[in-house]
Amino acid sequence: MGFPLLSLIIFTPAAGAAVLMFLRSDDAARWTALVVTVLDLALSIVLLAGFDTTTHEMQFTEKVPWVPALGITYALGVDGISALFVFLTALLSTVSVLASWVAIERKVTAFMASLLAMQALMLGVFLSLDLFLFYVFWEAMLIPMYLIIGVWGGEGRVYAAFKFFLYTLAGSLLFLVGVIALYFHGGETFDILALTALDLPFQVQSWLFFAFLIAFAVKVPMVPVHTWLPDAHVQAPTAGSIILAGVLLKMGAYGFLRFSLPMLPEASLYFSPLMLALSALAIVYGGLLALAQDDLKKLVAYSSISHMGFVTMGIFALNLRGLEGGILQMFNHGVTTGALFLFVGLIYERTHTRSIADYGGLMKVAPVYTVFLALFTLSSMALPGTNSFVGELLVLSGGFAANFAVGAAAVLGATLGAAYLLGMYRKVALGPPSVGGRFKIRDVNAREMVAILPLAAFVLWVGLYPKPFLAIIDASVSHLLTEVHGTEGGQ
Amino acid sequence: MTAAALLQSIIASLPEIVVVTGACILLILGQLLRKGQEHLLVSASIAIVLIAALATLMLGSEVRPAYSGMFIADRFAVFFKLVFYLATILTFLLSRKYADIEGIGSSSEYYVLLLFALFGMMIMASATDLLSIYVGLELMVLCTYVLTGFMRRERRSNEAALKYVILGAVSTGIFLYGVSLVYGLTGTTQLDAMAQAVTGDPLDPGLLLAVVFIVAGLVFKVGAVPFHMWLPDVYEGAPTTITAFMSVGPKAAGFAVILRVFLNPLVAASDVWIIVAVIAVVTMALGSFVALVQDNFKRLLAYSSIAHAGFAIFGVVAGGQDGIASVMLYMLIYSFMNLGIFGAVIMMRNGDFSGEVINDYAGFAKSHPGLALLMLIYLFSLAGIPPTAGFFAKFYVLVALVERGFVMLAVIAVLLSAVAAYFYIRIVMVIYMREPERVFEPALTPMVRATLAFTALGTIGIGLFPAWFLGLAQQSASGG
Repeated sequence: MGFPLLSLIIFTPAAGAAVLMFLRSDDAARWTALVVTVLDLALSIVLLAGFDTTTHEMQFTEKVPWVPALGITYALGVDGISALFVFLTALLSTVSVLASWVAIERKVTAFMASLLAMQALMLGVFLSLDLFLFYVFWEAMLIPMYLIIGVWGGEGRVYAAFKFFLYTLAGSLLFLVGVIALYFHGGETFDILALTALDLPFQVQSWLFFAFLIAFAVKVPMVPVHTWLPDAHVQAPTAGSIILAGVLLKMGAYGFLRFSLPMLPEASLYFSPLMLALSALAIVYGGLLALAQDDLKKLVAYSSISHMGFVTMGIFALNLRGLEGGILQMFNHGVTTGALFLFVGLIYERTHTRSIADYGGLMKVAPVYTVFLALFTLSSMALPGTNSFVGELLVLSGGFAANFAVGAAAVLGATLGAAYLLGMYRKVALGPPSVGGRFKIRDVNAREMVAILPLAAFVLWVGLYPKPFLAIIDASVSHLLTEVHGTEGGQ
Repeated sequence: MTAAALLQSIIASLPEIVVVTGACILLILGQLLRKGQEHLLVSASIAIVLIAALATLMLGSEVRPAYSGMFIADRFAVFFKLVFYLATILTFLLSRKYADIEGIGSSSEYYVLLLFALFGMMIMASATDLLSIYVGLELMVLCTYVLTGFMRRERRSNEAALKYVILGAVSTGIFLYGVSLVYGLTGTTQLDAMAQAVTGDPLDPGLLLAVVFIVAGLVFKVGAVPFHMWLPDVYEGAPTTITAFMSVGPKAAGFAVILRVFLNPLVAASDVWIIVAVIAVVTMALGSFVALVQDNFKRLLAYSSIAHAGFAIFGVVAGGQDGIASVMLYMLIYSFMNLGIFGAVIMMRNGDFSGEVINDYAGFAKSHPGLALLMLIYLFSLAGIPPTAGFFAKFYVLVALVERGFVMLAVIAVLLSAVAAYFYIRIVMVIYMREPERVFEPALTPMVRATLAFTALGTIGIGLFPAWFLGLAQQSASGG
């Protein structure tokens, strides 16, 4: 075992959170949080720089016995599927700190500490190679997220926080029983790689598939267990929404990729039509709901449901293009929707209204803001040249290959996306100026620009030259497909 | 009994002798104390428990049967005794200031009764005969009856004590009746001999009845359905320090006896577990659902303790090495987190402020972020959220259940604990998400601070590094 880079990536924000508890000054808390997140971002770039794209094997692995009596180890590792999300988490955490710079006025130190704790736990989820460890990180996230929504959220924050907590908890507890069952089927080990190599009877796979499905579907969220999401998003502070949409929702999909597909391949194949149907439902239903929203944040939240439908569809198309598109789309959705929530937050800070009806002609009032908003709106509707185009195109081609009807539904969903996003942009940015009853607001300042620019860069980079990103995931995805389809290989 | 055997017996029961002798001395010395010297009582009581703990650890290395098969000092007993010592010492630490505020701390009786209760619990952990179990049980509950009614001028306290005495006497009667049936049918009260008789095939209906009676008597002590009725009233009425003590010590003692009686390999082979499984499910369901609507913090914790008893009984159902160890570990972890949260409730009691209603805690995080964080840790641990110890306790019980193939029971257990999570995080909500309505003046003495810090350390520490504690529980579960 070499230098414990992964542990360092996880524990840097954890240590930052611990330090923050002893700080009294709000400004010191903000700067500390920023320094810690930037440092962690730098570490994650070091990780990507040293990442070997030619192999599907786990890299930078660490392994220390934790509870030997139960076969629990502290095992970390990164492969092509998790590498991008480590970076995404670090990036969006930095953006979140910047987004809460002035938006959070009360209990700043506690907020920043929660945010950093959240970051540490999210990174832990993506880097765990031990199911028990994974579960600890996965479940522990509920604590800081519950506080972020419940303490710093909007008016209905308490209800939203409860709903978020209980939905996720109920889902994950069944997952826990599934994990323990898997532990005994796999010869009393929680080692993810060893469990992946198992060949379980179909009956067992099916039960486990549903136990896992409940936990992951709640997190994604898939229709019909999505109802916590609009509440949580609308009530959460901006940083909370960015983290929720950008990273938390990815965890459900990551769970499918890391556990359901490789550990339960026969069940995944068998139930893939069901999963495709649910995905198509989410795409269309989420789109229709978004079309009907007047609240900016709700609109973006429902669009998330629709977009995550594309992700699960790509995953359960179970072919190379679908899977690569799904994973890339996870990354893209994190960047784009994270940015959209940031933009909603920025305008809300200035006007204290999120109702689309209150806005109009923002183009004339805040031109810089509006230009970037256009970029992210177009990215969200997958315009060619932006990141989501690449992802959605891959997903659609994978989806059509898997099932024509599902692919067609997805195209319909994409059209709906254009409708509600362009409609939103038209009402907010064009027409006669009216900004929450006022006519003048401050445009984007330098700090906000720092948060926006990297996201904008990734929108264009992935959109115009996706090769490096696909290269990272390629080896792992190919390997995953051979695991799912058996030795005869994918396609 | 020869002199040598008697000597061996005395050595085996040395910790018990230390506690009971110390308690008697304290009772006499207590009369000589002048006003203002009450802190000596606390120090002396803690010293007695520590000496007993030292004796226990020194004798813990080997199995020592004593008193012609009535008593045994083995690792199993040592583990439970350590839990009792922990609970008693922390109760002493919490009591000093609280007793002053409630006006019950000037006499030595309070401390002496707690020591006698400890003595009773220690006998229960070591007893291997239904009669010695009975003696320990009675000694323990008699002391807790008196302690429950210790706030003499408080109506609630008196009412609770009276309820407790009446129901407790009935349950003891049932237990004794079961013991007499066992004796009548088998001619013995020793656990090993009784276990052989219970599994003797075909199962004697009279013996089954006897077992049911004994189960009923024991289940009363841990507060499981359908013998839980006394618990909320007693928990609410008793002085909070005594509630804290009862929720941990006597409960663990009850489980020690249950494990001894029902996890004897021979009994475990019979079908008694079906009854126990039903009790576990119903207990957890009742505790979790009724706690949802409680406004009084102590009552809520009473129902939470019923729910936790239910979860621990799942470990009894699982049985086997891991099942026993999971219950033991559960009791240890539960002691830390429950004494912690009770410590927080006790600390709030100051002046005229009772701090017993959940809404009293509104906005506590604003003025006391540190204490609020501790409460958050205890509450999430009680809810079973990682990385706290409460999660590991539940996890291990689930492992034991699934290992024995009781997957459905594990699913029921986790679903009910999701229900239970609601009322714990509701308290977190009140603490963190409401605006404060008053100025808080928690009664923080160095002793209370020490208790809170220690319990929080345990709650987080066992959660992060459970390996050593798990090993301890597993070793102790294997007896010898």
